[in-house]
Amino acid sequence: MENPVVEVKNLEIGYDKTVVLKDISFSVEPGEIFVILGGSGCGKSTLLKHIIGLYNPFKGEILIYGESIVKADENEKRRMMKSFGVTYQGGALFGSLTVGENISLVLEEHTNHSKDEIDKIVDEKLSLVDMDKFRNYMPSEISGGMRKRAGIARAMALDPKLLFFDEPSAGLDPITSAELDRLILDLSKKSGATMVIVTHELDSIFTVADRVIMLDSNSKTMVAEGKPQTLLENPPIPRVKEFLTRSGLKRKHYCD
Amino acid sequence: MTGRRKRALIHLADATLKFGKDCTDLLSFTGELADCLYHAVKNPKKIRWRETLYYMDMCGSDALPIVGAICFLMGLILGFQTAVQMAKYGGDIYTADLVAYSITKELGALMVAMIATGRAGSAFAAEIGTMKVSEEIDAMATMGFVPFRFLVVPKIIAMVTVIPILTVFGDIAGIFGGFIVGTLKLGIPAITYFNRTIEVLTAMAFVQGIVKSAVFALIIGCVGCMRGFQSSCDAQGVGRSATSAVVTSIFMVVIADAVLTFLFTSLGY
Ligand SMILES: Nc1ncnc2c1ncn2[C@@H]1O[C@H](COP(=O)(O)OP(=O)(O)O)[C@@H](O)[C@H]1O
Ligand SMILES: [Mg+2]
Repeated sequence: MENPVVEVKNLEIGYDKTVVLKDISFSVEPGEIFVILGGSGCGKSTLLKHIIGLYNPFKGEILIYGESIVKADENEKRRMMKSFGVTYQGGALFGSLTVGENISLVLEEHTNHSKDEIDKIVDEKLSLVDMDKFRNYMPSEISGGMRKRAGIARAMALDPKLLFFDEPSAGLDPITSAELDRLILDLSKKSGATMVIVTHELDSIFTVADRVIMLDSNSKTMVAEGKPQTLLENPPIPRVKEFLTRSGLKRKHYCD
Repeated sequence: MTGRRKRALIHLADATLKFGKDCTDLLSFTGELADCLYHAVKNPKKIRWRETLYYMDMCGSDALPIVGAICFLMGLILGFQTAVQMAKYGGDIYTADLVAYSITKELGALMVAMIATGRAGSAFAAEIGTMKVSEEIDAMATMGFVPFRFLVVPKIIAMVTVIPILTVFGDIAGIFGGFIVGTLKLGIPAITYFNRTIEVLTAMAFVQGIVKSAVFALIIGCVGCMRGFQSSCDAQGVGRSATSAVVTSIFMVVIADAVLTFLFTSLGY
């Protein structure tokens, strides 16, 4: 088996002195769509931000491509961060730049491409997420779903082999959110990139996930790990089943 | 000790500690800024010139009317107050001296700094705070950018170049305010007032005001940005950080003014 892309070992994380999550261990294999699932406020975004190196954990180890992001210094961290893409809950586009400039900025800063080449890549990335018509719009002029898609395009600018998504479909209507799921699945097929997706919505995971872990705010740790179908058929604790069946998805996808 | 005195003392201690922490925070912030500026100077192509120009526009040309109006009125008020006192001794013409000196050495720079605090300082804090809320700062970091280079350096460059220029305008407007009082109220001939002003005003008085204003600009820019980065990630947090940017800036500016005035006077200017 190939080495895991992301490896998390005995992680304990939180803010100041309050522990949000503890005893988190998992690994993400190459090419996998890996979903981190859990109710609102259980620490999914917190976990993601620790994995991508924005915060330091209290305890434990995080390896990305076998390299520790916990022990890395500022410069090493920046270099490691360039090797993956992140899309944030609200897109996090830079408000003072147009959609196109948001993407070209990354290329201008980190590559030696000429202006024309950058132009071409921007167009290509935007059409990948079906946003080519909005290249010259400001982020404030497009809808939330479009912002997320533009955020995905920006995260893909450097063709990373590893992508992180924070709640890609939260706050979107069911159709847009289904489109976004399809887009992510599409991207993963096309690029073969490994994807780590954080979500509290079940629609997305059941359609796109290879493997799932579930976090729980009561026990402050992960309560389940495995393929979505396996978890549904053999939930380790009742709460997992409750969470997974609550949305009516079971009926829609597996019992028809 | 009575309860009230005790509480007052605790308040004082609290405030002192907070001020101490602000000072050390500001120092470490300035240290990081110095590092970034050093890199920027070594590699000017990497400076975000577009943003820098935007902030020059915002802090400079957009503030011109209000700076003109306030400094003019300041000169006018100062002229009136002086004229009343000087009239007792029949020294009307000294109004020109007092207005010229107070405006160039002190009030021009101070008024421009107050305006810049309200306009730019609070805007910087709110802008960076909002970017924190919308995770733009996080996004910047994970894209391998140094947020300082993108968010702080352009603002500081803009402030430090534009505020001294505004101060020159403010000085001229203020002296003109005194001139209006001198000629219209006191009936001093325009040419006499003008000549007197030129005669008494030394280059060093001007320079002193300009140096002060550059220092103020640095303080206002740094405090604004620092408060933005310290903002908590919610709407109220952004509001608080903007308020505190203004309060801290004014406080630090006044302290810096005291120190600089002391320095300049002890150097004999
Ligand atoms: N910046 C922060 N400072 C302190 N506590 C935070 C911060 N962000 C989140 N938290 C706390 O951490 C917990 C998990 O938050 P979060 O990771 O955002 O949840 P999720 O993304 O799963 O909805 C919450 O209880 C929240 O109050
Ligand atoms: Mg979240």
